[in-house]
Amino acid sequence: MGMPKKRVIVNRYRCAYCGACIAVCKFNANELVETFLMIDEEKCNGCGICVKVCPMNALEVVS
Amino acid sequence: MKYDVVVIGAGPGGSLAARTCAEKGLSVLLVEKRQEIGAPVRCAEGIGKKDLQRFVEIDRKFIAAEVIGAKIYAPDGTEITLTEEMAGNEVGYVLERKIFDRHLARLAAKAGADVMVKTTAVGMERTRDGVKVKLRRMGEEFDVECKIVIGADGVESRVAKWAGIDTTLKLDEIESCVQYLMTGIDFDPEYCHFWFGNNIAPGGYVWLFPKGNGSANVGIGVMPALANKSPKDYLDEFVDNHFPDGKIVEVVAGAVPVKGEIETAVADNVMLVGDAARHADPITGGGIANAMKAGYYAGIVAAEAIQKGDYSAKTLRKYDELWKNDFGKDLARKRKLQQKLIKMDDETLNKIMHSLAKCKLEEISVKAIIKEVLKKHPKLLWDLKDLFL
Ligand SMILES: Cc1cc2nc3c(=O)[nH]c(=O)nc-3n(C[C@H](O)[C@H](O)[C@H](O)COP(=O)(O)OP(=O)(O)OC[C@H]3O[C@@H](n4cnc5c(N)ncnc54)[C@H](O)[C@@H]3O)c2cc1C
Ligand code: SF4
Ligand code: SF4
Repeated sequence: MGMPKKRVIVNRYRCAYCGACIAVCKFNANELVETFLMIDEEKCNGCGICVKVCPMNALEVVS
Repeated sequence: MKYDVVVIGAGPGGSLAARTCAEKGLSVLLVEKRQEIGAPVRCAEGIGKKDLQRFVEIDRKFIAAEVIGAKIYAPDGTEITLTEEMAGNEVGYVLERKIFDRHLARLAAKAGADVMVKTTAVGMERTRDGVKVKLRRMGEEFDVECKIVIGADGVESRVAKWAGIDTTLKLDEIESCVQYLMTGIDFDPEYCHFWFGNNIAPGGYVWLFPKGNGSANVGIGVMPALANKSPKDYLDEFVDNHFPDGKIVEVVAGAVPVKGEIETAVADNVMLVGDAARHADPITGGGIANAMKAGYYAGIVAAEAIQKGDYSAKTLRKYDELWKNDFGKDLARKRKLQQKLIKMDDETLNKIMHSLAKCKLEEISVKAIIKEVLKKHPKLLWDLKDLFL
């Protein structure tokens, strides 16, 4: 409590909407809407798994 | 709206499933979230000749190039040419998937399937005797009722999760990929080319598949668990070293599930096909052929279940049997082989690849290659010998 919550953000200029990040997220926190990546801030806990799988370096964990 | 079957995702798996259902006389809806089927492409577009012929008549309009063999490059740079005993025949095609995927969807429509694009499945709910699928089109949500859902929604599958089948991939169960369509590069267009090495593509490889007119798909897959930078960084380094003057005219990103055989692709009222069921080959990353086979089998089993009026997991289990007997076992043994290969250092990889020089293979397949390696270096893959011989 009180700790700044970690979460992941996407750089839309880099993202190539491939779906890799969705395949590895255990928390259903992301979704590819047509070709648009959405991250659910409520569900994302900033675990960073998706950052490692992104082929385009488009994801980053922030506090 | 009511259908017997709703198929979610119009890749090769979904289109084959929808077409098979329609041909068996079922009412079927095929939904695809993208506005254009087949685009953006997430594929290197290679497929074996026999695999392609099993489900479609070859049509020049979706073939970009033909190849007669493969050239592999060991970590030390040694080039090894693999051809079949009957050299000279084309062994594989490089597709134009934008056209191919649309062609498959059109065949489904022609057989009687309804198709909706720019329509996303956003949820599903079991009812007393079927399923209500929630769809969203241009911001508006609506429901469609059906008896069976076929989840063909690719590597990012949501249907699996809705159905309670956990297919989340770990970092050593996925290949993260980037590919450039390149022109102005020098290569032998009669072959597909593959580069290996722990510094080139950890847990994966670099490929070059010719696409006609001097252009080629140059791409990379790496296993995130082993990589220390992104696939794009690895690929850029490779391109700088090998094709510094090439021009990049298209960028593709993607991911391939390389988890191997999953326990079940079935739940009450639900079947998963293709990448959604992690059906891609853990060694080659190829998934088009298995997706089409799985789609076909799911269509057959859907028709039987509808006729019986029983859509329980127990009845649909027949589908598990069909895909597992066809290629499930192969996925399992390729996963074992992969686990072994990713632990090998470059020196061992060099040794293995050198042993393939000048051999004529009965066919160009992982199995035939492993057989050769086992002949020459039985110890290296000893514990796998029963799986491949
Ligand atoms: C870089 C790369 C290179 C590859 N190279 C090859 C190769 O050379 N040869 C080969 O055989 N395989 C290759 N593959 C693998 C191959 O592309 C896949 O295995 C194949 O496309 C799987 O087909 P599919 O029908 O299961 O899924 P897909 O082709 O991925 O289709 C799934 C479809 O479902 C749609 N969808 C997803 N969610 C929803 C939803 N909620 N609602 C509606 N629609 C939805 C998607 O938009 C998509 O169109 C490659 C993959 C990558 C990433
Ligand atoms: S950081 Fe973790 S929880 Fe958040 S989207 Fe990525 S994988 Fe999911
Ligand atoms: S993995 Fe990266 S490129 Fe792919 S959809 Fe996610 S953020 Fe975009």
